[in-house]
Amino acid sequence: MRGASAFIAFALLAGCDTGLSTLAPAGPVAADIAWLWWVMLAGATLITVLMVVLLVVAFGRPKDTGSRVWTHGMGLWFSLTVLTALLAAGLWVGERIQPRDDDAVVVRAHAFQWGWEFSHEAADGTAVESNDLLHIPVGVPVDVLITSEDVIHSFWVPRLAGKMDAIPGRTNRTRIQADEAGEYDGLCAEFCGLNHAGMRFSVQAHANWPPDLNEAEQ
Amino acid sequence: MTDITSFDAAEDRATTNSIPRNPPQRALHLHRELGRVWANDKGFWGQITAVSHTTLGLRFMATAFVFFAIGGILSMLIRAQLATHQGAFLDTEIYNQIFTMHGSIMMFLFAIPMLEGLAIWLLPKMLGTRDMAFPRLTSLGYWCYLFGGLIMLTALLFGVAPRDGWFMYTPLASAVHSPGINADVWLLGVTFVEISAIAAAVEITVTILRQRAPGMKLTEMPLFAWYMLGTSAMMLVGFPPLIAGSVLLELERAFGWPFFDPTRGGDPLLWQHLFWLFGHPEVYIIFLPAAGVMSMIIPVMCRTKILGYGAIVAAVLGLVFLSFGLWVHHMFTVGIPHMALAFFSAASVLVAVPTAVQVFAWIGTMWKGQPQLHLPMYHILGFFLTFVMGGLTGVMLAIVPFNWQAHDTAFVTAHLHYVLIGGFVFPMMAAVTYWMPLITGRRRIKGLGETAFWVIVVGFHGTFFIMHLTGLMGMPRRIDIYPDNPEWVWLNLTSSIFSFVLTIGFAMFALDLLLQIFLGKRESRDPWEAPTLDWAMPLPSPNYNYASLPTLRDLDKPARDVILPLARGEGALPGAPRGRREFLVTRAINAEPDHVAILPGNTALPLVLSASIGVFVLLMLASLYLLAAFALLPVAALIWVWVRAMAPSGDLRPIEIAPGTSLPVHHHARQSLAQSGLNALLVADGTLFASLIFGLAFLSVVTQGPAAPPAGAHTMASLVALGVIGVVMMIAAWIATGVGRGTAQLGVVLNIVALVVLTWLALTQMDDPTVHARDALRAAVAGYVALHVIVAAGMAAFVADQYRRGEITAQIHGGYPGWRKWQSFTTATTLIAIAILLAQVFA
Repeated sequence: MRGASAFIAFALLAGCDTGLSTLAPAGPVAADIAWLWWVMLAGATLITVLMVVLLVVAFGRPKDTGSRVWTHGMGLWFSLTVLTALLAAGLWVGERIQPRDDDAVVVRAHAFQWGWEFSHEAADGTAVESNDLLHIPVGVPVDVLITSEDVIHSFWVPRLAGKMDAIPGRTNRTRIQADEAGEYDGLCAEFCGLNHAGMRFSVQAHANWPPDLNEAEQ
Repeated sequence: MTDITSFDAAEDRATTNSIPRNPPQRALHLHRELGRVWANDKGFWGQITAVSHTTLGLRFMATAFVFFAIGGILSMLIRAQLATHQGAFLDTEIYNQIFTMHGSIMMFLFAIPMLEGLAIWLLPKMLGTRDMAFPRLTSLGYWCYLFGGLIMLTALLFGVAPRDGWFMYTPLASAVHSPGINADVWLLGVTFVEISAIAAAVEITVTILRQRAPGMKLTEMPLFAWYMLGTSAMMLVGFPPLIAGSVLLELERAFGWPFFDPTRGGDPLLWQHLFWLFGHPEVYIIFLPAAGVMSMIIPVMCRTKILGYGAIVAAVLGLVFLSFGLWVHHMFTVGIPHMALAFFSAASVLVAVPTAVQVFAWIGTMWKGQPQLHLPMYHILGFFLTFVMGGLTGVMLAIVPFNWQAHDTAFVTAHLHYVLIGGFVFPMMAAVTYWMPLITGRRRIKGLGETAFWVIVVGFHGTFFIMHLTGLMGMPRRIDIYPDNPEWVWLNLTSSIFSFVLTIGFAMFALDLLLQIFLGKRESRDPWEAPTLDWAMPLPSPNYNYASLPTLRDLDKPARDVILPLARGEGALPGAPRGRREFLVTRAINAEPDHVAILPGNTALPLVLSASIGVFVLLMLASLYLLAAFALLPVAALIWVWVRAMAPSGDLRPIEIAPGTSLPVHHHARQSLAQSGLNALLVADGTLFASLIFGLAFLSVVTQGPAAPPAGAHTMASLVALGVIGVVMMIAAWIATGVGRGTAQLGVVLNIVALVVLTWLALTQMDDPTVHARDALRAAVAGYVALHVIVAAGMAAFVADQYRRGEITAQIHGGYPGWRKWQSFTTATTLIAIAILLAQVFA
């Protein structure tokens, strides 16, 4: 609590233009979640301050307040109200950022110990594969189909969206979207053995889709 | 102040109570008489044979404290590694072992044993009895804990410790991806330690339900007992999924049964479900005892009574219930549909409500009374500040979209340390500082404890507050280097520096305790002027707790008013005139006196039994599976000796517990402690069975792996064999309801017949369990049934043997009720297993 305002200041300073910060969203999915975070932080700060005030006041003279005020009023109704509102907000945001059947661009991410094989469709419909670099278009939702070769990994591009696990035997789907062309950092978020820390990748968002990769390399 | 001393209501009830006062005797005489009977043996041998709850409870807590220190040192290594982005300190293999062991030690070797130790040490004192229900079981639990912990520590010293994270996700922890014994150390070591958790849960349940002072109704017992009852119920239901998961994963690693292998019809998510079915209740298993401590200490520190007793009890029950409905919030990123996640999100958010009810009831209690800033109160304030923030970040993590970002980052690391240190370590420090005079009989040295508190608070928040931000800046858990992220350096360096401050604080806290033990002045009785029975005894507490047992008239009074009458033998069952350990057993709901239990004395049997289980574990670790199977023979023999030691002998006449009031001894009781204990054990056992069935259902319904090969077990012969097993088991359960030597012998025969048929079925008809997970789980269920049939045969043999010895009479039932209960349970699980198999085959 005592650091709450400092916390926000740090967050604003440190959050700017850093590769992996959830507080520097670069697309609508990550932006929605970041919004949710700031609202929750504000609420949590208020509640923490309230608790500290209640504790400080407790050290004054004994006060006869009646027990139902505490157990029912504060414990039940106050907490239920706050939590219901929060739950509703969470569900609303969660539904907004879900993958849905809207002809979004589909790309694939296949995780292995320790790296990523990505693929997207070229203009002629053939699959173009790339290692540790995922190509996506700018400004439209992109659904990533996530699979794993060996153990559980997790696909995470913090500035674009939340993470989704890569589980052997399953195909998971998550939605990302970048507002501007450029490169975004991603990493494996689920502990996957010796080189977990090095299991990084990039996402390249292209204004022209499908991209001409030969040109891009020059 | 007035609340504590006005107990007219209790006095009124006392006059109608049926237990009269015993005539006063000389307190010193009683003390010596009881001391001879209840004391531990002398010297080092005395520590081996001790079964006293006071000795073992303290030893549990002291051992847990040592493991806390070891886990703390490991965390220092982690923080040193992360202080810079190149982390040129530990290599990755060792780093992975260290963070895995840090989590495993803190969970399984510190937190759980610590709360078990506190409950074992405190509950009998608080409820007004002389020991836990099963003293030898307390000791067995301790040795299993110690040996299991030592196996894990030894592995760490030799560089072969578990390295797959403390939740051991498959396939990373499977034989292919984690060769070597590292993962086996975790699976076998933790399961060995969990024997102590199940043992403690059984004991705590029975002690609370059956050993409360006469007249202490369930609805009026101290809140700590309610909290521990909730905790032990959760342990009975929460630990079996973990044990089931660990056994299955060990079977997969050892014999290639592919429960979790997606290429052979298994599912890595089955492990996650089983693990978190344990893992989330675990959080509340740790929190509830701590909250129980808060509910006891806050009113005393504030010179008042607790506010909202009924609301708090309701909140505890709500927590117990809800905590089993939210394990999936650890799995929000595994690809479960959003609307299904919404249900678990709602349950996770809802669990904050009973928590809030308690927190506000405590604050209301502080408002009502006059808080005094003694040292325990400092730690209570530390709890409030820390735990509230941890709870708030917990609510945030329960919100699905935010969880997708924060999951598996340093934000979660920060959150769980806020909850565990805030919600467990601070209350435990409050508990230790509060009950220390009862432990040592000494006063603390002023100043150091307060300083330690402030250093801990600054160190803790300095380390972990900023870690929320580190996580939001994208730092995942369990990485050892971050060369490409210079923006995380100052965050990590700050955490690392403060973590050393935190360690210094804990060291000062330990030093304060040591100074109190060795240099403190004598403390006078009842130093806190408390209203509970735990202080109604001399300091330090004697091994027998009470020279005579408190009854209704001693409840709800200031402790100092009942110390002397009890010490002079005016309560029930004074002294130890028959030269054996005895206490009162009461009925579960209204605490009416029921019978007198005669307890076993000091014995090395628990040590020997746990050592023989240890031999089995070590042979399993060494992959000597055939030898390991033979190592179970001495275990079985020792269990037989264990039960034989409680056979009726000596004076079995009723005992006069007060003038004109006589009670039978437990051999004549309709519902003995042992039977209550068996009930509790069967709850855990039934949950274990349910976990296996859950696995079978999960693999059939949810998993989308390769289909099972066509089963070969549909032959007429196997159907007949299943029918024979079912019928034989039903007959066994039916005859066990009768009595007589012949029925017990027939019971042995029937169980052996069932076992032989089952073995034939498994060897000739069952599909190879290494080919597909479905067949592996069927084999596991068959193994479960076989094990229970073997035990049923053993119990029937034990009863037949008791008949042969003439120990069972018209009044004394011996092992009969236990066998009957076990036989019914075994028959029920066998029939369910057969029904499920048939349903799967014909569906």
